[in-house]
Amino acid sequence: MSISLAILGAFFVVAVVLGILARRGHDMNLEQWTVGGRGFGSVFVFLLMAGEIYTTFTFLGGSGWAYGKGAPAFYILCYGAIAYSLSYFLLPVVWRYAQPRRLLSQADFFIAKYESPALGIVVALVGVAALVPYLVLQLKGLGIIVSESSYGSIAPATAVWAGTAALVVYVVISGVRGSAWTAALKDVMILAVVVAIGVYLPVHYYGGYGPMFRAIEQAKPGFLSLSESGMSPTWFMSTVVLTALGFYMWPQYFASVYTARNEDVFRKNAVLLPLYQLVILFVFFAGFAALLVVPGLKGADADLSLLRVSKHTFGEGTVGLIGAAGLLTALVPGSMILVSASAIVAQNIYRPMATSATDRTVALVARGLVPVVAVIAALMALHGGQAIVTLLLMGYNVVTQLFPALLLSLGTRPRVSAVAAIAGIVAGEATVGVVTIMGLSIATLLPSAPQFVKDLNVGIVALIVNLVVLSVVALVTPRAARVRTEVPAVASAS
Amino acid sequence: MASATQKKPMRGYHLLALLPAIGLVAGIPFANRAEPYVLGLPFLLFWIVAWVVATSAIMGTIWLLDRRRAAPERAP
Repeated sequence: MSISLAILGAFFVVAVVLGILARRGHDMNLEQWTVGGRGFGSVFVFLLMAGEIYTTFTFLGGSGWAYGKGAPAFYILCYGAIAYSLSYFLLPVVWRYAQPRRLLSQADFFIAKYESPALGIVVALVGVAALVPYLVLQLKGLGIIVSESSYGSIAPATAVWAGTAALVVYVVISGVRGSAWTAALKDVMILAVVVAIGVYLPVHYYGGYGPMFRAIEQAKPGFLSLSESGMSPTWFMSTVVLTALGFYMWPQYFASVYTARNEDVFRKNAVLLPLYQLVILFVFFAGFAALLVVPGLKGADADLSLLRVSKHTFGEGTVGLIGAAGLLTALVPGSMILVSASAIVAQNIYRPMATSATDRTVALVARGLVPVVAVIAALMALHGGQAIVTLLLMGYNVVTQLFPALLLSLGTRPRVSAVAAIAGIVAGEATVGVVTIMGLSIATLLPSAPQFVKDLNVGIVALIVNLVVLSVVALVTPRAARVRTEVPAVASAS
Repeated sequence: MASATQKKPMRGYHLLALLPAIGLVAGIPFANRAEPYVLGLPFLLFWIVAWVVATSAIMGTIWLLDRRRAAPERAP
């Protein structure tokens, strides 16, 4: 018990110290704090962007879905590859526009493109609404990981609060630099741990991958392919499309584009990241191996499968290392989300309201918001019962609504009016809200539709509503009739 | 800095970047079965892994072709 606890504690301390040391040699103004002074080369940008690949979502959720649902989990491998091929063309365009204008947040981009502070506030609210569940997910994962790998000697609630405190400390001090430094440590750990258990477990329990999958197919026929209805190929394809489009709409990844020193960084990453994310495969292997070794985890408890099978197989020292890797997968994305959410509120909601605020004040407000956001998320993490993948898919439906407005803005000037962009986003988010709160699916909305329509991810409906409203309003409000307004946020940041 | 901010035109071979989306979205219904197992993996999983590897190769090819076009002023 004490060995695993000591390892967990040691990594926790190292992560926090690294995060704090990352500040050294840099005067932490708002630009340093949020986008690292725009000086990150390939390696740091790679690590920040790879942050998405190994969050607690993949570590626990990926193995949890492989264990609980089987083939539907494979969608996690697909959307990243498509998003990266898209990023090769998308991100250099975003960077090229943002760099000379010294943009700091995702909302800044929309404000500058559409010359509309109102759109900026809408995008900022959408960003925060999606980031909070994402942070909740990381903290929830952190609680699970620490309590499981300390053999219950630390309660999940204690772990959540300790993790929250650590995040607040190094985020306030080092901003995004802290995330980049701890990301380096995290990636080394997670690569080693995930590949090791993903190779060892199938060989140890089944004698190899082939025998393992055959044993699973025999015990649960149909588990390794998609079913005819429900999580069918239609569900799979629509989910992959939605999540691929939404991938870079997450405010923290959008803003991580600004950290790059030059635009070639993104092209190199588009080549390397698809291969790098194959490590998720080993996470699946661990989840599948767990299926017949530690059966019986139901519903949200499937998220525990990787840790349970590890405890069943290894000694305390190894479990401690696995837990430590998991701990880092929560801390790194957690810190990026905190930087992003706080910066968005300060830059795009507080600054437009307090027009006389100086950059110094905005920077102070951003840091002051860090503990506020963190505590809200910690409370939500302790009081919600959703499984990890479900939480993330919800957030994806929210951020994907920004994609049409972004795409239409990429030319030299936007193809639709700011009013149309706002109307589309608001209509899309309203649909996501209604559908999520009422627990609707297409099967309940259109009971007589053919099965392949019923299985579509309900986020597609929201995206269609978004596009229809956007098009209608765009026709009524020609973009030439835009009102030219001052852009205080961007103007004062330059 | 000048080369870093240079705008790149779209070229015909950029359409290769559509292949991953075709394989990983449109191809799914056709690859949706457990048999045959390839390299120990159920066929659907093997299909997806093969396409992810191909995505890297495709994007690498596009990158090399783009670099060749812009070669004279590019620093490492």
